[in-house]
Amino acid sequence: MELHTINHLRELEAESIFVIREVAAQFENPVMLFSGGKDSIVMFFLARKAFYPAKVPFPLMHIDTGHNFEETITYRDDLAEKTGTKMIVKYVQASIDKGRAVEEKGVNASRNVLQTVTLLDAIEEMKFDCAMGGGRRDEEKARAKERFFSHRDEFGQWDPKNQRPELWNLFNGKKHIGEHFRVFPISNWTEMDVWQYILMESIPMPSLYFTHEREVFCRDGVWLATAPFMQLKPGEKAEVKRIRCRTIGDITCTGVALSEANTLEEIIQEVASSRVTERGGRADDKRSEAAMEDRKKEGYF
Amino acid sequence: MIDDKAAVLTGKEIGYLDMELLRFTTAGSVDDGKSTLIGRLLYDSKAIFEDQMEAIERASISRGGEEVNLALLTDGLRAEREQGITIDVAYRYFATPKRKFIIADTPGHIQYTRNMVTGASTANAAVILIDARNGVIEQTRRHAYIAALLQIPHVVVCVNKMDLVDFAEEVFEAIKTDFTEVARKLGNNDVHFLPISAKLGDNVVDRSLNMDWYTGPTFIGLMETLPVGGDHNFTDPRFPVQYVIRPQSDQFHDYRGYAGRVAGGIFRVGQAVVALPGGQKTTIEGIDFGEENLQLAFAPQSVTLRLAHEIDISRGSMIVDAVNQPVQSQEIDLMVCWLNSKPLQLRGKYLLKHTSNEMKCVVTEVAYKVNINTLEELHEDTSIGLNEIAKISVKTTRPIFFDPYRRNRETGSLILIDEATNNVVGAGMIL
Ligand SMILES: Nc1nc2c(ncn2[C@@H]2O[C@H](COP(=O)(O)OP(=O)(O)OP(=O)(O)O)[C@@H](O)[C@H]2O)c(=O)[nH]1
Ligand SMILES: [Mg+2]
Repeated sequence: MELHTINHLRELEAESIFVIREVAAQFENPVMLFSGGKDSIVMFFLARKAFYPAKVPFPLMHIDTGHNFEETITYRDDLAEKTGTKMIVKYVQASIDKGRAVEEKGVNASRNVLQTVTLLDAIEEMKFDCAMGGGRRDEEKARAKERFFSHRDEFGQWDPKNQRPELWNLFNGKKHIGEHFRVFPISNWTEMDVWQYILMESIPMPSLYFTHEREVFCRDGVWLATAPFMQLKPGEKAEVKRIRCRTIGDITCTGVALSEANTLEEIIQEVASSRVTERGGRADDKRSEAAMEDRKKEGYF
Repeated sequence: MIDDKAAVLTGKEIGYLDMELLRFTTAGSVDDGKSTLIGRLLYDSKAIFEDQMEAIERASISRGGEEVNLALLTDGLRAEREQGITIDVAYRYFATPKRKFIIADTPGHIQYTRNMVTGASTANAAVILIDARNGVIEQTRRHAYIAALLQIPHVVVCVNKMDLVDFAEEVFEAIKTDFTEVARKLGNNDVHFLPISAKLGDNVVDRSLNMDWYTGPTFIGLMETLPVGGDHNFTDPRFPVQYVIRPQSDQFHDYRGYAGRVAGGIFRVGQAVVALPGGQKTTIEGIDFGEENLQLAFAPQSVTLRLAHEIDISRGSMIVDAVNQPVQSQEIDLMVCWLNSKPLQLRGKYLLKHTSNEMKCVVTEVAYKVNINTLEELHEDTSIGLNEIAKISVKTTRPIFFDPYRRNRETGSLILIDEATNNVVGAGMIL
């Protein structure tokens, strides 16, 4: 028998493309969530590959907290324009203005949790029956439990103790009216796989991922970027450092890493020798032991 | 942080770019130490990050533990930590310079067998744990049976908790003899045995100092060398069509491509193929992969096929070799593993999903139920409840195109969905 193999990146790629095509085939009105981070960028490039030479047959959607790194917004708008993809932007500020969400108070205030309200409202308003996300199982212990096709009830909630069986590659997107699915095409990728793939495919990345000078301050051992809507606690002081982002999310809870890595090869080497996870700098996960599980049950990404 | 710029290597030189992927699943009874083994594996191979370690240290202490409970690395749900058991599959990842591993840590509790089956269905290898004090018990047999039924290509039996039996060789040998007998009856593929202590780390990543009588590989050593190349079918060309790509743009005005994932065999440009149903003959004009054009495609690649003739093909069609074709039938015999508390209904109607195809079916016969302990076929008892396994027949509203599961896991598997709840209730392996 003639044997053929593909390497682990090609196998992960094939799996993700399969999942994305299943979404396009099984759902009437799917959407792909786009945060501007490396995972959503890779997911989008996989979608392009899945349907080439046709355009990606669904829109992208950014749930915008308003607390962004400027580079994220530039990259987002640029990507949509250059690839001719529809980019829907929904603002957390609008949910706050409508009284649907209440801003957190205090120095650790973050709009991260509020994104859930904006997301669920958008899904309902635009009648999306599936939202693809760039969540990876290796990111966090509750994510490690999630299916590729994750069913949500009419309140957008996840029931982790009672998930549907998911066998072989037979994905079941059947649902009742009002329910929807979250689908995670890059479930099986690690941070290392993502960077290797970016290198292999020469995917253009936002400058935030490479070393640059930025004003930062240290809180509870984590470096955070300063921004007009961030308050410093007594004793905290802003200073300029050479840093890069390991994850990109809302500024208020995205820790940055002191780093000199300036190329994809250097980033890969840094990831290989890192002793903390990329979410080690995410204040949103540190709120309690089951912070992510609780947020996900409510309908978070 | 990188201080020494000159030392920076390229991705290839670092050695991460060309690795094989091995998916394995854990199995075995409650408390046999599955989650502990995975935790130990990650810990000893330095795949646990400092913040993860701190988090499980905190969680172990807050639960009154005196030492760090490595099982908490995979038991991530609140309910799992409260009860000290695994409820649903957790996926973990790690890599050695040779291989990247995708680990599905599954529950041992009988109530959650459906989650075990979920984790096992895509595995190249099943790691079955046995508590050295208890030996082969009912749940070991059940999981060995499921591994055989799912045709998992490799089985690794870890006789665990050797520290609690004084690391005695006789205990290991006795269990090995027992399981070999079970595996022979069940027809498990390629079985390996290891004596380990997941808790202390003996023979997981580091060789045991307590069992010099054991000269075989460590767990990690074995997992790095299990052959995976032959786990796909490269003989019978099968391409279930997932999605039709029609750009309708000026540049690609007449482009029509069939997107899908190769489910078996090898497809080449110029190959004579037929499209099912219908059976129209044509040849492969091109194999597209993004902007690249390939000369051949094989499982598990996701590609787009272009054909020489315009024929009626849509999702659910299957492009296959002109000569080597799958079975086409509306009457199918299969082994089913029942996954729902509502029992299987004879004459009941279900939605059936097979490759990219979907249709209704009716259960026409329950031939027998399997007694997992004795492997007896119970022809009189045909009530099939949660976690039970049976041989059944179904009739579909349209023909499906399949190969026996033992020949091809992709074209031989199907699921049954209850139309009232939309839940997956049965996992089927076509005979
Ligand atoms: N002495 C000893 N104890 C062990 C060993 N391996 C696991 N244990 C203990 O056995 C208990 C159960 O371990 P787990 O890893 O949670 O078992 P499991 O097989 O994952 O259980 P389920 O997932 O709920 O089916 C824990 O208290 C472990 O510390 C071992 O090698 N030696
Ligand atoms: Mg466990």
